Amino acid sequence: MRYLPHTPEDISQMLAVLGLDRLDDLFATIPESCRRTEEMDLPEPATEWDLSEQMGAIAGTVAVCPEYKLFLGAGSYDHHIPSSISYLLGRSEFVTSYTPYQPEMSQGTLQAIFEYQTLVSRLLGMEMANASIYDGATALAEAVLMSVRITRKNRIAISSAVHPLYRRVVETYLGPTDYEIVELPVTESGTTDVSSLDRIDGLAGVAIQSPNFFGCIEDLETAAGLTHKGGALFITAFTEPMAYGLLKSPGSQGADIACGEGQSLGIPRSFGGPGLGLFAGKLKYVRNMPGRLVGETVDLDGKRGFVLTLSTREQHIRREKATSNICTNNSLCALAAAMYMASVGGSGLRDLARLNYDKSEYLKSSLKAAGFDIPFAGPHFNEFVVKYPAETYQRLREKKIIAGLPLEPYYPELPAHFLLCATETTRKEEIDNLVKELSS
Amino acid sequence: MKEIDELKFLEGLHYAEDHEWIKVEGDTVKIGISDYAQDQLGDIVFVELPNVGDTLQKGDEFGTVESVKAVSELYMPVSGEITGVNSDLEDSPDLVNTQPYDDGWMIEVKLAETGELDAMMPKDDYLNMLKEMG
Amino acid sequence: MTSELGTTGLIMNEPLLWEKGKKGRSGYSLPRRDVPEAELNADICGDGPDFPDLSEVDVVRHYTRLSQWNFGVDTGMYPLGSCTMKYNPKINEVMAQLDGFSGAHPLLPESLAQGALHLMHDLERYLAEITGMDAVSVQPAAGAHGELAGMLIIHAYHKKKSQHRSKIIVPDTAHGTNPASAALCGYRPVSVKSNEQGILSPDQVAAVMDEDTAGIMITNPNTLGLFEENIQKIADIVHSKGGLVYCDGANMNALMGIVHLGKAGVDVMHLNLHKTFATPHGGGGPGSGPICVRKQLEPFLPVPRIVKNNGQYHLSEDAPDTIGKLHSFFGNFGVMIKAYSYIRSMGPGGLKKASQLAVLNANYIKERLKDDLHLPYDRVCMHECVFSDKHQRGQKVTTLDMVKRLMDYGFHPPTIYFPLVVSGAIMIEPCETESREEIDQLIEAFKSIVAECKLDPEALKNAPTRCKVKRLDETAAARNPCLTG
Repeated sequence: MRYLPHTPEDISQMLAVLGLDRLDDLFATIPESCRRTEEMDLPEPATEWDLSEQMGAIAGTVAVCPEYKLFLGAGSYDHHIPSSISYLLGRSEFVTSYTPYQPEMSQGTLQAIFEYQTLVSRLLGMEMANASIYDGATALAEAVLMSVRITRKNRIAISSAVHPLYRRVVETYLGPTDYEIVELPVTESGTTDVSSLDRIDGLAGVAIQSPNFFGCIEDLETAAGLTHKGGALFITAFTEPMAYGLLKSPGSQGADIACGEGQSLGIPRSFGGPGLGLFAGKLKYVRNMPGRLVGETVDLDGKRGFVLTLSTREQHIRREKATSNICTNNSLCALAAAMYMASVGGSGLRDLARLNYDKSEYLKSSLKAAGFDIPFAGPHFNEFVVKYPAETYQRLREKKIIAGLPLEPYYPELPAHFLLCATETTRKEEIDNLVKELSS
Repeated sequence: MKEIDELKFLEGLHYAEDHEWIKVEGDTVKIGISDYAQDQLGDIVFVELPNVGDTLQKGDEFGTVESVKAVSELYMPVSGEITGVNSDLEDSPDLVNTQPYDDGWMIEVKLAETGELDAMMPKDDYLNMLKEMG
Repeated sequence: MTSELGTTGLIMNEPLLWEKGKKGRSGYSLPRRDVPEAELNADICGDGPDFPDLSEVDVVRHYTRLSQWNFGVDTGMYPLGSCTMKYNPKINEVMAQLDGFSGAHPLLPESLAQGALHLMHDLERYLAEITGMDAVSVQPAAGAHGELAGMLIIHAYHKKKSQHRSKIIVPDTAHGTNPASAALCGYRPVSVKSNEQGILSPDQVAAVMDEDTAGIMITNPNTLGLFEENIQKIADIVHSKGGLVYCDGANMNALMGIVHLGKAGVDVMHLNLHKTFATPHGGGGPGSGPICVRKQLEPFLPVPRIVKNNGQYHLSEDAPDTIGKLHSFFGNFGVMIKAYSYIRSMGPGGLKKASQLAVLNANYIKERLKDDLHLPYDRVCMHECVFSDKHQRGQKVTTLDMVKRLMDYGFHPPTIYFPLVVSGAIMIEPCETESREEIDQLIEAFKSIVAECKLDPEALKNAPTRCKVKRLDETAAARNPCLTG
């Protein structure tokens, strides 16, 4: 087997050094009753060639572009990934390296993550960012726990326009605690109704997603003001960070914590994972932040270098009092995001975000012109909700067009509502064709 | 880390088992950690202290002291009201390393009762305790 | 081998991204605009982020140079205890990039995602078989996430029986994620000490096990590299008081094909795909931490579950006792592909051989270094062994000094100062993918360093000397954190 270099001679010589005869002798201390009596029931080993063929066949049954036209967003977005990034991410010094606990031989990872932290803070308008959480949902859960730690209160308000699957993850994390979740309703315009905020007391944090699950852009500034009046922390979540190439950043609108999904930034969708949990906050709360942090420093010769720092917050030192139990994060995905932000650049991200906005606006206005009902008024970014009959969705599926995400399973009060997404990857012809097919 | 005979221990202070010292100053006492404790911890990077006005019992956690690789909780060796905290430690936590008994003091306390001081150790007993530990 | 492994070579300095570039440069091919500019309310617009503008050449040179400052498994050996830094097969990387996998949207209608569901379903079955558990969920995104799942399952189990237990037993050799994960469920960790043989004694566990204790978190083999021989008796004690046995499966690499953890009494455990199952570490992640349970705990697993009916795969939310959802979608699918590919490449015999050789390698190192470094537990170890710096303290040389010097010899340091029960611990895990020659080279390097401790201890204090940077001022980094540029 090509990953097992030992020859029979190696094995017998090494056993001889140990004064043993057989490999089985090494396991003599293991009680018989714990031992396997039969070989594991697994498929026999496949050669590289057979495996490629078989896995290729399995992968081939999944509906992907260009064969299918997917107008799907809802937390996982189709964006072009420059080939330079895929190429750079193949460098095994990045891929096969370990967590940079020994900084002298990990300066590549450390500088790259320091750059990532900086770019993320600038994107979100925040003072600092950590080295990643697993995904947008767990990042939101960590933000909620962080707000409870800081304020020592135990009630959280979360908008019902936050991604439904994110809300479920937050509920799971809060399951064993006695923290209470208050849901903020959605208005007819598809944005969060914050009018009740000043009547709820004992709030540790208020979480609002923008652009929200319906693609609507929220008035974060007003929500932040009301939140702060009540002494709580304002948490902004997001699933599409591309929006902040165009829109006002969460930081500029009063966010204390900004957290969300970074998959749009150069990471393939990969059936939902690995994604990238972006997590940014204020410096004054840094000792309460979860996750790893890279900091700048100097070495014995005075040369600039980078290290993991403020590690006493983390599980390997603080144990049960740690700010989180997170150890392994999504480092390589963070690297991909940094490479993407570096490649697209400041000017580029603005143009790209504008193009994304215009593509979905074109789809929206074409649908309006064709007589379709767009229940939630804009502005939107990349996605919006449209109403059309359920049978139409099935009909288009047969033509290999997935015309959005049906919302009824997530919001039973919204049957025949679909969340449509268009990004810079969607061509005008595909949009025109979609409108035509929906109308016929 | 240093040997015990390389460390400094001042006379006239009361020492606790978990390495805090108390210096009586009239109505109040000052509390900090011993030269042994700071040496064990290494370079101190952060000290978390209570608020002035807090009232704590003997054995309550009053703060934490952090080095690069370790965190130690600080426990009240006596009960009382916090009348002062050393705000210099915010910008210069290294004072705990360089001057553990002087400018590296941590909190000032008004004692709830002086009897608790009797349960603490004079310098020689604390030194013996350290030698036995090692 | 006569020539040294570690040497010096020309690498490039490279500034931070915003220290280079020029406004107007681009490293991205902006797609053609085929739709008009739509109306946009200026009130909602910001200025856009302050990112540098870089050309593709700038970006490629930048990251190529940075990569050359890194050490990876492909460069050399990482004898990191409890990390299982084994070789990452390249076919696994290729499989993860198949269009049907990397381009898959997680919310596709089920019938259009069959291949992805098929892979996850089969992987769950393979992992159940390998561990000796009955049911698996691959949703947790890392080991610690899997531990959280385990704690939530234990909590839900007791809650269903209308019991509220407040404590959980954690051995003194446990990894920090264990008590941290327990605390997230409100459990107070109760410590038990390992005995003089370095393993847990049943009577120590019996002394603390009661009806207010939810269970025990055990790592097997433990972090001293020793098999917890009393695991069944301990499991019986915990079960007799209604508790559950959680096993931290980080050290699974010692047991594949040899031990059946279900028979050993384990009720719930997690695995680290980025350890035992050869998926790459990526500089800190992403990993994957599947949670595996016995039948009685299956109802509590996270949802959705992947079920197979008449050859078709479905996502089921029909689990009223589930702990809920832990990840926005299904977990780190891209990592699962690699583990699946690894298991299919190795087969049952290959996996067992891997464990046997991992244990052989560790024992060989232990035997050959025990005269140079202090060995606290001189017994047959599993896939890792623990030394300490006791013999070197006389020369005022610490574990840290010795392993920093190891870098100059071309090796990544082993795990140090863990487990906490051994002062100055040096935990070495060589993995089965390291050849005899590589291991002999590591042994020679350690022997040279031990000799240097006596001849020139000062040299060790300044090590490493051949890396891009020398030792870094971690105190300054923590006192005055500079986390962004």
